[in-house]
Amino acid sequence: MDAALKVENLNKYFHEPEDFHVLQDISFSVGKGEFVPIIGKSGSGKSTLLYLLSTLDTDYTGEIRINNDLVTGKSQNDLARFRNRNIGFVFQFHFLLPEFTALENVMLPALKLGRLSQEEIRQKALDILKQLQMEAFAQKLSSKLSGGQQQRVAIARALINDPAIIMADEPTGNLDSVNTGLVFDIFKDLSHHKGITILTVTHDLDFAKGADRVIEMIDGKISAEHA
Amino acid sequence: MANKKQTLVAMLGVTFGIAMFILMISFMVGVNQFMEDTMLSSTPDIHIYNDIKTDYSVSVAGDYFKNNPALVVVRHPKPKQVNLNIKNAQGIIADMHKDPDIVHISPFLSTQVFYNYGPVQINGYINGVNIAEESKIFDLASKMTVGKPEDLLSADKGIIMGRGLANKLDLGVGDMVTLTTPQGTSMSFRVVGLFAIGIGTIDDTRSYVNLANVQQLLGKDRSYITDINIKLTNNKLARDKAAELLKKYNYKSDDWETANSSVLAGNIVRDVLTYVVSITLLVVAGFGIYNIMNMTIQNKMKDIAILKAQGFAGGDIVKIFLGQALFIGFFGAIMGEMLGFVLAYSLSRVPFPHNDFIALKFFPVAFNPAHYIFGLVFGVITPFIAGLMPSMKASRIDPVAILRG
Ligand SMILES: Nc1ncnc2c1ncn2[C@@H]1O[C@H](COP(=O)(O)OP(=O)(O)O)[C@@H](O)[C@H]1O
Ligand SMILES: [Mg+2]
Repeated sequence: MDAALKVENLNKYFHEPEDFHVLQDISFSVGKGEFVPIIGKSGSGKSTLLYLLSTLDTDYTGEIRINNDLVTGKSQNDLARFRNRNIGFVFQFHFLLPEFTALENVMLPALKLGRLSQEEIRQKALDILKQLQMEAFAQKLSSKLSGGQQQRVAIARALINDPAIIMADEPTGNLDSVNTGLVFDIFKDLSHHKGITILTVTHDLDFAKGADRVIEMIDGKISAEHA
Repeated sequence: MANKKQTLVAMLGVTFGIAMFILMISFMVGVNQFMEDTMLSSTPDIHIYNDIKTDYSVSVAGDYFKNNPALVVVRHPKPKQVNLNIKNAQGIIADMHKDPDIVHISPFLSTQVFYNYGPVQINGYINGVNIAEESKIFDLASKMTVGKPEDLLSADKGIIMGRGLANKLDLGVGDMVTLTTPQGTSMSFRVVGLFAIGIGTIDDTRSYVNLANVQQLLGKDRSYITDINIKLTNNKLARDKAAELLKKYNYKSDDWETANSSVLAGNIVRDVLTYVVSITLLVVAGFGIYNIMNMTIQNKMKDIAILKAQGFAGGDIVKIFLGQALFIGFFGAIMGEMLGFVLAYSLSRVPFPHNDFIALKFFPVAFNPAHYIFGLVFGVITPFIAGLMPSMKASRIDPVAILRG
């Protein structure tokens, strides 16, 4: 199977407030189109791992390949371009630009990529919002939307540049069970029908149960990969 | 990205800075121009005259003692009796006419006189001129308050008198006035016109009469003149030209800049003052922008982190924030220029307090497009510089630290 993501011997330390080996010899790979939740106790290093994988944090040793492309060692500008093109990121706290509409938030990464005309981007963003049943809210300021709506806008934004992989850090952490189920269904659909790799940190065990495979982290190590 | 109120405040800082710059520079340059115009209406580009020699290295004592050598010390030497006229004036004038830089030449004969006013005598002087030539140098026609310069030609022994002087003597056009020279000769003239060039020391003491009348009054021949006024194609050439003429004809040649160096020094002081005040205002506006940008970036950390997570690079972040600074600068400067223009225009409509010595109806204000271009450039550059550091700071924000919360 083609690896969408392959990491080898990741190690990371924090030096403040004291030396702390937060990620220890982490190696694993995720295939194309796989839906893989990462679980583990709070403080076990899940978020830290995800920031490394998403290329936002470059302070580590080891190697990370995304789509067989070695991202370790790329310059900040190259990484920014790489992220823009290949990685969709969904956070726990939605993290939309509050002064822009839902549609504008979704369009932004594509405008940065600059492959399509503004009108094409607009159309594409509307299509994606429609798939997530958010087209009615496209013109609303993102700060005026409910939590579940914001999270769907964030997922739409993550999808706009047709990324190979979507990474999410507790995307349902702030949502009620209805919205959690909705996000879960969307992710499953994306991985199974669109072939998008999904890597998501979650506390929600239901979420984890329906997955292809689960990565569990304990104290900075991967303890188990449930097949 | 800053909120509207902050943006407006930052913009107003630039607006006031630029408006003050426009107002001040328009006014200062207006004053400078007025000073220069007044100065040029009384000072020719170059004035050639025969200065009293103060070189006493050669003394008549030398002739006297030449046969029996002795050390002779002459204390307080005096000049010998000389005619202060310009010898071979006709030749010099004819020669100068060949110079392409010289457009007008007006030879004249100046002498001190007493204006007899009943039993009182008022001290002053007359210039015996060829009025047509002299008019071309000083644009006398526009300075006449009564009569025309040509009236001097049609009158027999006419005199055109400074307005202040005529007021003192209580004379009007058509009245007679008797002048007495220091040598004791005297002659009567009929007032044919009055002039005012706006400088008290001239309007209160000077009169113009025909050159021949003064030569006659002084008992000199028709070629006797003491001064030559010269107008050049461009008065910026005056300094070099004066030096050249001095070398060529060996008569003292004053250019207008040297003759008015105190006025020109005043102009420089005003210029410097204008720029210092304006730049100070803009620097203050710059600090305001710097502060607001810093605050904005503080408030927008999260947004910056989001943009970076979406793949915006540091350079994109700098562009966004600098774009905002430029927006503030550009619109602030445009508004400032409009406000400055309105203020400057208003000032130019304010009547200048009436004054006998200064010929000004309104406050002098200059409207020069270059000032507006300079203002715009400076209004854009200042926020750009002020915004540069905060923008760079924004571009270096570590998104992980922010997104972790
Ligand atoms: N910037 C940091 N400096 C020092 N320690 C940190 C920093 N960020 C996280 N940690 C520590 O690293 C560990 C892992 O954190 P994190 O990856 O956020 O865990 P998780 O997401 O699994 O809850 C925790 O003990 C946390 O306190
Ligand atoms: Mg976490």
